[in-house]
Amino acid sequence: MSILVDKNTRLLVQGITGTEGLFHTERMVAYGTNVVSGVTPGKGGEWVLNGKIPVFDSVKIARKATGANTSVIFVPARFAADAMYEAADAGIETIVCISEGVPVQDMMRVRQFLDRREVRLVGPNCPGILTPGEAKVGIIPGNIADPGRIGVVSRSGTLTYEVLYALKNLEMGVSTCVGIGGDPINGTNFIDTLRMFQEDPGTEKIVLIGEIGGTDEEQAAEYITNYVSKPVAAFIAGQTAPPGKRMGHAGAIVQGGTGLAEDKIKALKSAGVKVAQHPEEIPSLL
Amino acid sequence: MKLHEYLSKRIFADYGVPIPIGKVAETPEEAEAVAREMGGRVIVKSQVLVGGRGKAGGIKLADGPDEAREHAEDILSMNIKGLPVRKVLIDQAVDIREEIYLGITNDRGEGKPVIMASSEGGVDIEEVAAATPEKIIKCHIDPMMGLQNYQSRDLAAGIDLPREHWKAFGKIAHGLWQAYKKSDANLAEINPLVITGGGELLAVDGKMVIDDNALFRHPDLAAMRDTDIEAQAEVEARKHDLSYIKLDGDIGCMVNGAGLAMTTMDIIKLFGGEPANFLDIGGGASAEKVAAALRIILTDQSVKAILFNIFGGITRCDLVAQGILDALEDIDTDVPMVVRLVGTNAEEGRQLLADAEMTTADTLAEAARLAVAAAE
Repeated sequence: MSILVDKNTRLLVQGITGTEGLFHTERMVAYGTNVVSGVTPGKGGEWVLNGKIPVFDSVKIARKATGANTSVIFVPARFAADAMYEAADAGIETIVCISEGVPVQDMMRVRQFLDRREVRLVGPNCPGILTPGEAKVGIIPGNIADPGRIGVVSRSGTLTYEVLYALKNLEMGVSTCVGIGGDPINGTNFIDTLRMFQEDPGTEKIVLIGEIGGTDEEQAAEYITNYVSKPVAAFIAGQTAPPGKRMGHAGAIVQGGTGLAEDKIKALKSAGVKVAQHPEEIPSLL
Repeated sequence: MKLHEYLSKRIFADYGVPIPIGKVAETPEEAEAVAREMGGRVIVKSQVLVGGRGKAGGIKLADGPDEAREHAEDILSMNIKGLPVRKVLIDQAVDIREEIYLGITNDRGEGKPVIMASSEGGVDIEEVAAATPEKIIKCHIDPMMGLQNYQSRDLAAGIDLPREHWKAFGKIAHGLWQAYKKSDANLAEINPLVITGGGELLAVDGKMVIDDNALFRHPDLAAMRDTDIEAQAEVEARKHDLSYIKLDGDIGCMVNGAGLAMTTMDIIKLFGGEPANFLDIGGGASAEKVAAALRIILTDQSVKAILFNIFGGITRCDLVAQGILDALEDIDTDVPMVVRLVGTNAEEGRQLLADAEMTTADTLAEAARLAVAAAE
């Protein structure tokens, strides 16, 4: 079992003919993900990957023709909001936005739009979702995780890979890995994902990877106290980050005394979460 | 990206927010001329992107043109918290009866803009929030609908603003909302918004922070960037699309991905070292970009060892290795380096580096331990 994506995922790629879109589509297909179609406005009627995947002009047409239920977005940041609106409007159930650098005010409007519909967004600025052995939606390298019973949720990209790799080296498998992204305003958050892992019979234990900025980890800690009975281990990046400086991710900034790593670690520990000192320590805490 | 006071106020004025008559000067003579033209008392205000300008002596009242020149001379030769003062704003002095606060910022948790007002203007709003949170009236704005009239009335009533000022206050709140929205700001703040002796409302000080991710649609705002607040290396890094922040330690690090870069800094500290920088080369970095990154790290004289931590996903480890070798061809350095390559093409990368004198590590913990030892 798993959450969000699995064997039944019928994936559509927005921005499929772009360099990144095409590169990762090839990898998702090679992994065994059921990629049913792609969208690039103005390129409808073309095919990619040696005629394997049809390209359409719009999500609406592509969904009608190929029955896609999930979309992954690889378009440049300036077009990302439009792509998210389009996917939601066309009735896509799960949207995963990989694009990095989406303006915050665009995301505020996207959130308002999506909150009024039955649709789930993961990202933006995220590595996507991997259900080992079933589906890879996004850019997480497929070979660094084996199927298993540990659920992983993270605000980071390569740091997540580091944790997956550490788990794999100890032959600990993963049910689903969800990268929720490093932006201040995004779709699915820690709490949404924790709820899904708690309800998923295929997930036994949970790993949460947070970083400085905002109060999502503190809220996750409160949620864990009240609703999560499965064991949780965590790591928080940015303990040495200076205040007032944006550490790469738009969301990773300590401001006005909030968003500190130590507050997050304290909150998680008081929720009974085991907090690792460094990512390679995580497997031993599970 | 922070904007100077005079630029922020100019933008507010474009959206109908009343501001004092004022002009920027870069020399004492210009300051004198501006003050003469205005007549009466003026305020000479340093334009630097840090808080606490007043306490540092960077804001002074002048009775006339001569005094304005003297103050400008003083202030233009100052360094405030390490930043040189290059410009002063000469504002006509106003008769202040009351000071209030009005600001709009992003509420991360709610995913909406929030407008805030307080009767306690003219002081640091974070201090007000900490000491007397009930004195800050907040209101979330629906990003689709924008600020509504009833909301600005609620704010006015909430801070006990006399009714005769509500109309002017509402106009200012709407102007500020437009400035925030149309400039893609993360913060648009008037502090203080004053009520003058003549019963007018005037934005005496202003501050804007623009969303870096939205600068592509605001070339006019992007041109207003003041690079004085960034270390030279940070400016250089941005040219190469690298994210670099200088820190105080002696172990340089180069990592792909922001979360992993922070983690690498943390683990250096955990093993008893001090990181010299945050550096994220991003995904899919080319050899050229890696070479630029290495040069930037090495411009920091305090660096005694360098740790490369690359987890190849989209990034190819062999390209990173090639970049390191390219950079070392034209830089003469004896700084010890520790390299950890994992993931895509890691083996090819390691082979490329086999001939160079570098220590390699398999795990992050081992890499950090070796780097800390090398720096000692």
